[in-house]
Amino acid sequence: MPSSVESADASTVTQPALHFSFANRRTFFDSFLTVLALVLSTVALFPLFSVLYMLIVRGGAMLSPSLLTELSPGAGMEGGGIGNALVGTLVVVAISAALALPLGFLAAVYLAEYGGESRLATVVRFSGKVLTGMPSILAGVFAYALIVVTTGGFSAFAGGVAMAILMVPTVMLTAEQALRAVPAKMKHAALGMGTTHSQMVLKIVVPTAMPGILTGVMLALARAMGETAPLLFTALFSDYWFDGHVGSPIASLAVLIYNFSGSPFENQVKLAWAASLVLVTLVLVLNVVAQIVTRRPVEH
Amino acid sequence: MAQSPVVSENQRRAVVSVSRPPAPSEKAFDAAFKVIAHVFGAAVVVLLGGIVFEVMRHAGSAMSDYGLGFLATSTWDANRGEFGILAEIMGTLYTSVIALVVGGVLGITVALVLSQGFVPRRVELVMKNIVELLAAIPSVVYGLWGIFVLVPALRGPSNWLHEQLGFLPFFSTRLSGPGILPAALVLAIMILPTITAISREAMAAVPKRLGQAAYGLGATRWEVIFSVILPTASGGIFGALVLGFGRALGETMALAMLVGNANVFGWSLFSPGITLAALLANHFPEAGPAEVKALMYAAVVLLLITLAVNAIGSFIMLRSTRELKGLH
Repeated sequence: MPSSVESADASTVTQPALHFSFANRRTFFDSFLTVLALVLSTVALFPLFSVLYMLIVRGGAMLSPSLLTELSPGAGMEGGGIGNALVGTLVVVAISAALALPLGFLAAVYLAEYGGESRLATVVRFSGKVLTGMPSILAGVFAYALIVVTTGGFSAFAGGVAMAILMVPTVMLTAEQALRAVPAKMKHAALGMGTTHSQMVLKIVVPTAMPGILTGVMLALARAMGETAPLLFTALFSDYWFDGHVGSPIASLAVLIYNFSGSPFENQVKLAWAASLVLVTLVLVLNVVAQIVTRRPVEH
Repeated sequence: MAQSPVVSENQRRAVVSVSRPPAPSEKAFDAAFKVIAHVFGAAVVVLLGGIVFEVMRHAGSAMSDYGLGFLATSTWDANRGEFGILAEIMGTLYTSVIALVVGGVLGITVALVLSQGFVPRRVELVMKNIVELLAAIPSVVYGLWGIFVLVPALRGPSNWLHEQLGFLPFFSTRLSGPGILPAALVLAIMILPTITAISREAMAAVPKRLGQAAYGLGATRWEVIFSVILPTASGGIFGALVLGFGRALGETMALAMLVGNANVFGWSLFSPGITLAALLANHFPEAGPAEVKALMYAAVVLLLITLAVNAIGSFIMLRSTRELKGLH
């Protein structure tokens, strides 16, 4: 059966149907697909709401001061908290930030200010993109091969190195974008005043690009905080407080959730939900801060 | 001295202006800073090279011991020193393909809803933020949710499907707990933000007048989408799918927690399986020296697969942005 659009093409004398009716195949098809698309979108976003609901209901039920101040309980023990895991996560993230931020930041300065489109810069940028797409567990494998095997044991430092590898490309690529967005006339004005290239970069370009750079840092920190795979066989886990020694295994929220998720003990499963709530809150706060930092207007 | 007039000129001007040529110390700092920046730039390349080299080095002896047979057998027995990763490779590809189909359909649909004026701008913005939130949640939390919410929810429908359509290989077993389907669905949720973000960008990059021209000819919204938007943005969408696939291949936690970690491969969606990343996560913490070497070999295989997929994805993206430039 010829459809209306084809007959309209064939003879221009046909009057177009100007009323809305689902009897028209095209109208029906169009509305059907629109409804289908909206339904599928709702389905796609449903898991997020389910996750958040479960976190608030099951994790929220456990919230108490002792949750954040007590040690994680062993198998079959009652009570306890996630204090050592929370501290451990912060320690590992701090180690990785100390390693990754200088590297990522200075590599970004190189890319934006010195590299241009040179061959080295292209290779550096390509390496950054490859590192972004690399599975996070391979960062753990590398840290295992480099540090755990050589030092002979799992350690907080090895975990920090694995995490740092995941932070570097995010910091570098976002900082490069931010540095490149600084208007050329500001740089020219600085050079015109007689600054050296490095003075121009450090006193004009970097401060102007700082909100963008910080956004990248926040996002990298948020990503690192939630990463579990690279910590499983580098930082491992510990049932004790961090003793100021980065050469021994350390607890983390992410590994605690993983270990306790398969636990047959109800108390540990409950703590896994509570730890998830704390972890997601930390990650979301970092994300929100990143957004606020980006939106802050830059004073010129 | 050739410099002396410049200096005196500078001293004269200093009275009226702050500008002056750099002092020797500042020049030295400038040169040093330039060198430092170059060194750190190069360090990123060294880092990537170091990762590949270090993993390869540790895998070396296993590669020569087990050869290519490692890729074609499915035993993993540390006591007898027999290792093979065929089940892992198949499981990785199988879960990732299912995740790609589900995540791709949903992700592209969300991208369409977010870019083609289906909902008011304000709703669009809220939905965009929700999708970004989806990406921010750590994978271990999705794993926990999968164990306690998704698996129990899937058990009823899966077992009904098995009873009704059990003769199909996909439904040939019951879902007793963790398995391929829950793992692949969580994987789909995790790659959806990547697919949505990149394909939404590709759709938004289609010049407005192309769509408007089609509307002007009397096309309905979906006729515009199918005949103008999707074909024009196809390069970017395809790139988004490939990059999403790359993410799915390397994702670890959701799989280690949900796939069941049974060292076999089966076509049934409800049977437990294993993937390369899950194998690494499960065996590394307690592995002896011989097993570590075999695991390093498995890591090399995972590295090569993801590198290849990501390189293809980036290449497609690069080509599609070049092609689109001609339309503006």
